[in-house]
Amino acid sequence: MTAEISRDTAPDLWKPNRDRSRLIEGIVKVICGAFAAVSIITTLGIVATLFFETLSFFGEVPFWQFLTDPKWTPLFASKQFGIFVLVSATVMISFISIAVAMPLGLLSAVCLSEYATPRVRKFLKPVLEILAGVPTVVYGYFALLTVTPFLQIFLPGLKGFNSLSAGIVLGVMITPMVASLSEDAIYAVPQRLRDGAYALGATKRETVTNVVLPAALSGIVSSLILAVSRAIGETMIVTLAAGANPTLGLNPFVPVMTMTASIVQVSKGDVPHGTIGYQTLFAVGTTLFVMTLALNIFSFWFVRRFREKYD
Amino acid sequence: MAVQDNQPAALDPAAPMFKPNVSGRYKLDRIFAALAWGATAIAIAVLVWLILTILIDGLGSLDWQFITSFPSRKAERAGILPALVGTLWIMGVVAFVSFPLGVGAGLFLEEFAEDNWFTQLVEINISNLAGVPSIIYGLLGLAAFVRLFESVTNGRTILSGGLTLVLLILPVIIVATREAFRAVPDSLRWAGYALGATKWEVIWNHVLPSALPGIMTGMILALSRAIGETAPLIAIGAAAFIPFLPEGLQSQFTVLPIQIYNWVGRPQAEFHDIAASGIIVLMAVLLTMNGVAVYIRNRFQKTR
Repeated sequence: MTAEISRDTAPDLWKPNRDRSRLIEGIVKVICGAFAAVSIITTLGIVATLFFETLSFFGEVPFWQFLTDPKWTPLFASKQFGIFVLVSATVMISFISIAVAMPLGLLSAVCLSEYATPRVRKFLKPVLEILAGVPTVVYGYFALLTVTPFLQIFLPGLKGFNSLSAGIVLGVMITPMVASLSEDAIYAVPQRLRDGAYALGATKRETVTNVVLPAALSGIVSSLILAVSRAIGETMIVTLAAGANPTLGLNPFVPVMTMTASIVQVSKGDVPHGTIGYQTLFAVGTTLFVMTLALNIFSFWFVRRFREKYD
Repeated sequence: MAVQDNQPAALDPAAPMFKPNVSGRYKLDRIFAALAWGATAIAIAVLVWLILTILIDGLGSLDWQFITSFPSRKAERAGILPALVGTLWIMGVVAFVSFPLGVGAGLFLEEFAEDNWFTQLVEINISNLAGVPSIIYGLLGLAAFVRLFESVTNGRTILSGGLTLVLLILPVIIVATREAFRAVPDSLRWAGYALGATKWEVIWNHVLPSALPGIMTGMILALSRAIGETAPLIAIGAAAFIPFLPEGLQSQFTVLPIQIYNWVGRPQAEFHDIAASGIIVLMAVLLTMNGVAVYIRNRFQKTR
């Protein structure tokens, strides 16, 4: 905002006018502070909506039933609300996905930071970023229509909807996250630790697995926890590829329904406000929110508690 | 590394504790290196597989008629025009609202904020919000924008969807903005103060313009995340079948990811192919945005 200067008023050319500038500064500071406060309001909004709707949900469904019912049928005539059915599916798929993402992500991180030359690294990193930027609905398409038919060649018993291919594709989706966060941790390990290992006669692999990875352990574990948290909250892949069939059990070859998929299913049904179906959304949402929040907090705590400091 | 090539000299063979077994250890080393490269190769191979699948499935039914038609019960006549227009509307709303909000909040945290309880609370909130699943934002949008402020948003409309996505990407924009502000060298600020400028004058005339390319890059990347999101918009109840173009902020809408989701979910294979065509359109939009972001970053990095 340059002040309008006219040549006629040359003596007034330099007018600091600090008062006006300070006033603007004060106003801007308040406005920007209010904008920053939006993040607090968002958190409060999330907690409040989840809390109050869940409260009215538990007004109708006893908490104990919510935990122990063996079936999830909120839209049927005989309603049952066993959240455990959904949680078991979510946990199973997350487990499959982390079983894929942990070796892939960790080994890629080691490859990028220890084995790749700078030029190769400069090419590989954007490729992994593309993998992270693919919309989840595209992964859902891929899991349902490409990976499942492909797996069915080897596993004839595999159903059209199943947790296995959903979990595998979900694992591919979170691999870049594991890779990039772990790589940051590995990159932060000082070179002199490696040099020390080499000086003791260790080979490169021994240096990586016995010195570098343990030194970066806090960052690696926290990246894995954050990846699990992301997998639990992922919606489109599991909705499209794992089906909408709430069954209890840990068979990865049959259709199941995760927590997120159940939210999608109820949302698509356009349930009216105030009904038990509507409140179900928030009861499931609260469970999901609490699980991911606990994992995120645990990951922060883990980094802070176990970080190795070198300086 | 050079260390590998120089094998250590053989030590006293009588010493029982130290068995170098160098060849065996190097064999393990090679296996490990192969595994590391293999993992990276698998990740890239999956990406190539995914892209090829979608191109093969989708290119056949991708034509001008597909882009300019309305959805239909018959796959060969169906198009994505309302979804494409809806995505552009959503993008507009998100950009318009999240730019001032995100940049303002980033400016506050980086330039104005003292280290007090309010600042710390905001920081904790931002890092927590970044880890909240996107579908939870959808539930917030459903309760807040669709129900509570229905008089303003008119229910499940472009405005509700846009505002929900604003909340979702706000943490991303704030983080990017703060990094951009931090990248502005302090010497610039000192020079401004030395010339007698007030804090606001320094920020408005110097810091903000220097940080703008970085902010724009982060902004575009956050926007591209917003338009790829499906789950929160399904949760607020965005319609899947819209046979008309949205006319304003208070109009019902659909977006590309929801249209794709809808087609993938149908049992007929013809719909799967047009879903792949829709994915190509969506990815083209995303690639264009990312290209612009990279262009801005490179262009302004050189001139500075």
